[in-house]
Amino acid sequence: MLSRKATCKSHGEDSSYFLGWQEYEKNPHDPVRNPSGIIQLGLAENQLSFDLLESWIARNQEPTGFMKKGGSIFRELALFQDYRGMPVFKKELAEYMAAIRQDRVRFDPNNIVLTAGATSANEALMFCLAEAGEAFLVPTPYYPGFDRDLKWRTGVEIVPIQSSSVNNFRIIPSALEEAYQHAQKLHLKVKGLFITNPSNPLGTTLSIHELDHLINFAIDKNIHIVSDEIYSGTVFDSPRFISIMEAIKKKHLENTAIWSRVHIVSSLSKDFGLPGFRIGMIYFNSKTLIAAATKMSSFGLVSSQSQFLLSKILGDKKFTRNYIMENRNRLKNRRKTLVSGLQKYGIRCLDNNAGLFCWIDMRCLLTSYTFEAEMELWRRIIFEYGLNISPGSSFHCPEPGWFRICFSNMSEETLDLAVRRIKALMDSSSPNAC
Amino acid sequence: MTIEIERPSVGLSKVAVSETHCEKSPYFAGWRAYDENPYDELCNPSGVIQMGLAENQVSLDLVEKYLQKPADNGSTTVGFRENALFQDYHGLQAFRKAMASFMEQIRGGRAKFDPDRVVITAGATAANELLTFILADPGDAMLIPTPYYPGFDRDLRWRTGANIVPVHCDSSNDFDITPEALEAAYREAESKNIKVRGMLITNPSNPLGITIKRSTLEDILDFVTRKNIHLVSDEIFSGSAFSSEDFVSVAEIVEARNYEDSERVHIVYSLSKDLGLPGFRVGTIYSYNDKVVTTARRMSSFTLISSQTQHLLALMLSDKSFTENYIKTNRQRLKKRYQKIIDGLKGVGIECLRGNAGLFCWMNLSSLLEKPTKEQELALWKLILHEVKINISPGSSCHCSEPGWFRVCFANMSEQTLEVALRRIHEFMDRRNNVKSFDVYSSDQLFSS
Repeated sequence: MLSRKATCKSHGEDSSYFLGWQEYEKNPHDPVRNPSGIIQLGLAENQLSFDLLESWIARNQEPTGFMKKGGSIFRELALFQDYRGMPVFKKELAEYMAAIRQDRVRFDPNNIVLTAGATSANEALMFCLAEAGEAFLVPTPYYPGFDRDLKWRTGVEIVPIQSSSVNNFRIIPSALEEAYQHAQKLHLKVKGLFITNPSNPLGTTLSIHELDHLINFAIDKNIHIVSDEIYSGTVFDSPRFISIMEAIKKKHLENTAIWSRVHIVSSLSKDFGLPGFRIGMIYFNSKTLIAAATKMSSFGLVSSQSQFLLSKILGDKKFTRNYIMENRNRLKNRRKTLVSGLQKYGIRCLDNNAGLFCWIDMRCLLTSYTFEAEMELWRRIIFEYGLNISPGSSFHCPEPGWFRICFSNMSEETLDLAVRRIKALMDSSSPNAC
Repeated sequence: MTIEIERPSVGLSKVAVSETHCEKSPYFAGWRAYDENPYDELCNPSGVIQMGLAENQVSLDLVEKYLQKPADNGSTTVGFRENALFQDYHGLQAFRKAMASFMEQIRGGRAKFDPDRVVITAGATAANELLTFILADPGDAMLIPTPYYPGFDRDLRWRTGANIVPVHCDSSNDFDITPEALEAAYREAESKNIKVRGMLITNPSNPLGITIKRSTLEDILDFVTRKNIHLVSDEIFSGSAFSSEDFVSVAEIVEARNYEDSERVHIVYSLSKDLGLPGFRVGTIYSYNDKVVTTARRMSSFTLISSQTQHLLALMLSDKSFTENYIKTNRQRLKKRYQKIIDGLKGVGIECLRGNAGLFCWMNLSSLLEKPTKEQELALWKLILHEVKINISPGSSCHCSEPGWFRVCFANMSEQTLEVALRRIHEFMDRRNNVKSFDVYSSDQLFSS
């Protein structure tokens, strides 16, 4: 009775990534009401800097009350459904994007297409760039949501670019070539590369060398590069963030074919902690794609109410610059708290300079070097120690034993409790394990 | 209605370069002419008056007044953090409850809506596309009665790869949907080896501006049950019926049948028309089918409503004294507007389909066509756009099989602007009549509908 899309499993919700959330929902930790409940460490949300936003709103009641200088803006907002988006909002967004890239890249507001979140942006990009049955190459480990966002309704395939802990999961040219050949063997036409920079789940930014490899590869194979830079505002340590756009410009490729095949996705969900407002975007250099994606955005426009509020927040440049700096510091400190706690109990974290999470090495706790053992460990950690952390296999990590642990979606006290529970886990394990 | 496919440029998909977004249709071309020369009472009194946009501005003052009340307007800092983080695709429970209750009120309490069956989407545009992804595979078809909203050509077909097979209706019976027309459409699909997965009706109808009769709805439900296909009822204009009793929702029929065969019925709704809030992107799918609800919810990740907006509207829509007054007042104002335009047009001999809902009237200008053809209709449309300087929507862009019908919107402007538009039409008809009285056509033909 229903379509194939409705009855297949490509919505991806059977992944352990989402199953862990379900277990958390059944028994969520609350410091007062349910102190022994499961602590949610599997949700990449930024709750560290809300106080800054809240005090801005308290000082600026007008935008939230649909007021501006000169009177009410309600009618204008209520009727505004132009899929090109609010010009003043796109202007502020372009300037904000430049600011978090240290103004090394400038963005033209007319090249921005607004979408209801990066989820919507990524799917729309696949519809624009590939036919059903064609493929994108995606470096592993990658965000589990891509299995749904890139593939479900589009029919596009993902071919993973393998990585290894031996070199900290960096992207190397041979891996790109191997993935391409693998796609050929599967008779899948490769249309592009899909990278997340900074990486989820690694929390690392791509080096200029990696970016060069990717660009050269995309030129050589005549394919697109989609760079999901949703975590670009969460870079809290060196090395500095280099956007794909900066790398392209460094190579002086603006007037070549690759220029119109590079596209950036971003959103205000991570750095500003506003996932509920559904504010995402795609940045194109190609006029054809701007036109196609703009029309497509009809299926997922950003509420004019939210566009207006954010245009005011981002338009307060003093506030925004201070927010960016303060947010970075808080993320850096929070990560330090988690990492030093874990290291004390013998758990190594990948050295990362960005993101809302750490990529931790729990291989020493595996009973065998298999993904089954990883799932066994994951279940133990949820049910015996009340921690929902995300197993590496749900991110298509090629090696078992790695987990992603989020650190910015809870209070400091809850994070301390989580670290204490990890200590309990380590204490109960074999003393020579790690 | 063929999907034109060009050779993809710079490695783009067929979807990206196809014309299935339909923006070359006159429906959208008229908007462009308006954008280039928009009427403004003070700054541009000779500009184009936009009568091709089905927007409801007649009752916006009521919403504006409510939302600007000092007491909790839904954006206080207390709720900010939780609200900003809320991205659960189930949608805010308070919002779903409020929507369900609002939908019940619009139907005069004659149908019940379960908040747990409400799925949120960023507008009805997204809802209709999403349902098509769920109900049809690429190449399959949805039946739609003509004339229909031009946007469906994009919403149901563009990214989904689905087809539309029209169910032909005509003026001989006021465009009612007959069982014969339904069967004929189904046979047409079969003859082309196209699998029909469902039917989409808009009730009240866009562009006709009429509610679908109860007996017709019963026939349609019998038909879809017989063929074992789905029924999507887009009830986006339900709150814009001029009287509550005139509108019969498919939900009422489902309940009267004790929910038998209801798993094939799905309702689309939005606040863009009744409340005049298209900018806030508030749409919903209501389905009696559990699997559709679950799947639609998952798919709604691609098109969620801003939690800021959900929160704001939950408060307003659950305020029963506000909603009762709004629904009643809105109906009255729309009816008054409708009467004004009908009388104005009648005064120059132009007849419209007798309407009882919506933000537009369905006007018959077939007597002004030299020949009853689509080309003549488009020529007349262009003439009206450039000479009368009003943008109205030609029936052919709505896939009407009879040339000469036009949709004219009346709720997206002030009363003064409507008067200016009517004056221009008056003058246009006067000029035509003066010309024609020296022409070979008899004066009888000028005043026939």
